[in-house]
Amino acid sequence: MNEGKMVTIYVMGKKQIVPADLTIMKAIEYAGYQFKRGAGCRGGFCGACASVYRKRGSYKLQGALACQKIVEDGMIITQIPFSPNEKKTYNINELKADASTFLEYYPEITRCLACNTCTKSCPQDIMVMDYVQAAIRGDIALTAKLSFDCIGCGLCAMRCPAEIVPFNIGQLARRLESKYVEGPTEHVLKRCEEVKEGKFDSEISELMIMDKKILTNKYNNRELRIK
Amino acid sequence: MKLAYYPGCTLKTTGKSFETSALESAKVLGLELVEPSRWNCCGTVHSLVKDDVMHHLAPIRNLLRIEQMQASGRIDEKRVVTLCAMCYNTLKRSNNVFNNNSDLARKVGENFENETSNYSGGVTVEHLLETIRSLGWSLVKDKVKKPLAGLKVAPYYGCLLLRPRGIGIDDADNPHVMEDLLTALGADVVNFPFKLKCCGSYHTVEMKEVVADLSHRILKQAEEAGAEIVATACPLCEFNLGDRQILVQKKYATFKSIPVVYFTQLTALAFGLEQATSFDENKPDPKPLLKDKGLIKGDLK
Amino acid sequence: MSYSNEGLILRFSAENMAFRERVKELSGEKIELCFQCGACSSGCPMTEEMDYLPSKVIRMAQIGIKEALNTKTIWVCTTCFNCEVRCPRGIDIANVMEALRQLVLRTKHDNFNLDELSPEELKTLPQVAILSNQRKLSA
Repeated sequence: MNEGKMVTIYVMGKKQIVPADLTIMKAIEYAGYQFKRGAGCRGGFCGACASVYRKRGSYKLQGALACQKIVEDGMIITQIPFSPNEKKTYNINELKADASTFLEYYPEITRCLACNTCTKSCPQDIMVMDYVQAAIRGDIALTAKLSFDCIGCGLCAMRCPAEIVPFNIGQLARRLESKYVEGPTEHVLKRCEEVKEGKFDSEISELMIMDKKILTNKYNNRELRIK
Repeated sequence: MKLAYYPGCTLKTTGKSFETSALESAKVLGLELVEPSRWNCCGTVHSLVKDDVMHHLAPIRNLLRIEQMQASGRIDEKRVVTLCAMCYNTLKRSNNVFNNNSDLARKVGENFENETSNYSGGVTVEHLLETIRSLGWSLVKDKVKKPLAGLKVAPYYGCLLLRPRGIGIDDADNPHVMEDLLTALGADVVNFPFKLKCCGSYHTVEMKEVVADLSHRILKQAEEAGAEIVATACPLCEFNLGDRQILVQKKYATFKSIPVVYFTQLTALAFGLEQATSFDENKPDPKPLLKDKGLIKGDLK
Repeated sequence: MSYSNEGLILRFSAENMAFRERVKELSGEKIELCFQCGACSSGCPMTEEMDYLPSKVIRMAQIGIKEALNTKTIWVCTTCFNCEVRCPRGIDIANVMEALRQLVLRTKHDNFNLDELSPEELKTLPQVAILSNQRKLSA
């Protein structure tokens, strides 16, 4: 167990001694800082806590999520609470699911050098270069698949020498994939029809005027798995 | 024979007709062109400065993929065939730089830390025209089902297929590989001096009027030499000489439009593979001319 | 560099030498071999758009005149290598053009910014056009 074990980290250059089993985020708070920006869900899903660090004795620059990564001795850390980017405005109904869409909205994608710096920076172990290249080729399905775990933390965009914002590419690809490649899901469409036809109207009206105790009871005893 | 095939990004998008016609024609000649499962944009045009490492990563990463393909048995030899003349030039030159500069090779290796193997420098880069040439023109003649009789074709080489010296697939001043192919396909070859003149390349982005001028010069000379159609080996040339004819016609009222196609589309046509010719994608439309010559029946779709 | 009234006398300063050496280093070309025959200029497809002929720009590089970096010529070059094929002294002029471009691009200067392209142009241009344009004309 790491009980009592402490490590040394440097928060924006200032040395701090913190417990070894804390995440970067908790360690920074332990040291007395309060997060005004750069903290969100604290669960590895929102991408707000993008952090960049080096360890003493190593030239390697690494990316991490502060809420997930456990501190290591010698970490020299800073936060990147926001990565400057412009998400282009588009009407998903008017787009085509091919490479020309990326050229139209994000033409800088052609500047990709295949240097793999984005992949190296990604705290989610995503093959970022591969999904950017897939978008260049017009392989929407592959771009969507490879970028699935992206939470938009922005570390790739900060480091890209070609000034591409990969997570915007991934997001557009996933939207195109779901609308045009996968298409609408049958059961969702069916359910929407049922709602329009008023299949659930009476049930909902009942629930809305139901006594709170009976409602609570119903909720607690609801069917959890549809057979 | 299974060879690796490197498409390049444009052949998957605006240049799809080049790929479709090439892959089918190659099959007829006994070539199975296998695409790597992972590849990236080659980053054309080749970086010419001596201290650059970063711009060589993209092409060399592709060559590594070819080596990995051979190691896993997907292809027989470490040879990669390209269609786009610009990809050909970039891959070949970066390969040479890698093999002649151990310092660069080392730095590239360091940047490939996420890769499962290191590039050894052993891949041969070739253009499809070279590959066909090595199989022999008599083989091509044998496979012709519909000779392109009476079709006056002007071969247009452009720049990066032939230059600089040592990289080109043929003599830079007097090439004849495309003429040989077209002759084997039964066409009437129209030679014209501007077949080697640059189309303006990437200046089609920010100086498209100049590209219109260059295209006009090239196409006018081809027409005056008697050409009815132009064959090219590069998707940028095809765009500058073909699609940009709209600009040419705006500027030069007396200009007569002339269809521009890929040499592989004509090859597919001669091999009787009409469905692989994809003539619908060319601008201006070559189908009226080809129908006139009795080479295609009607609309292909 | 100083000029004299009795005709043009060029005196090389250390700055000129340094610039020439830098161009030689980046391009890897022996530009001192150029004897101004003009073969490169005769084969160049873009001379009408240039302010100085390619052979003149090589001359500038040869004697270390930094104004070579301010010419329109270096940006108008299409890297077609016609000059390389024709040069009787084996100089690759396209390499020299690239070195001159890089000396400008490496000072955070882009010659062409993608932001200037309209959506219509972006829809029609083939990818290879945009990417090769950016390779040669942007940092």
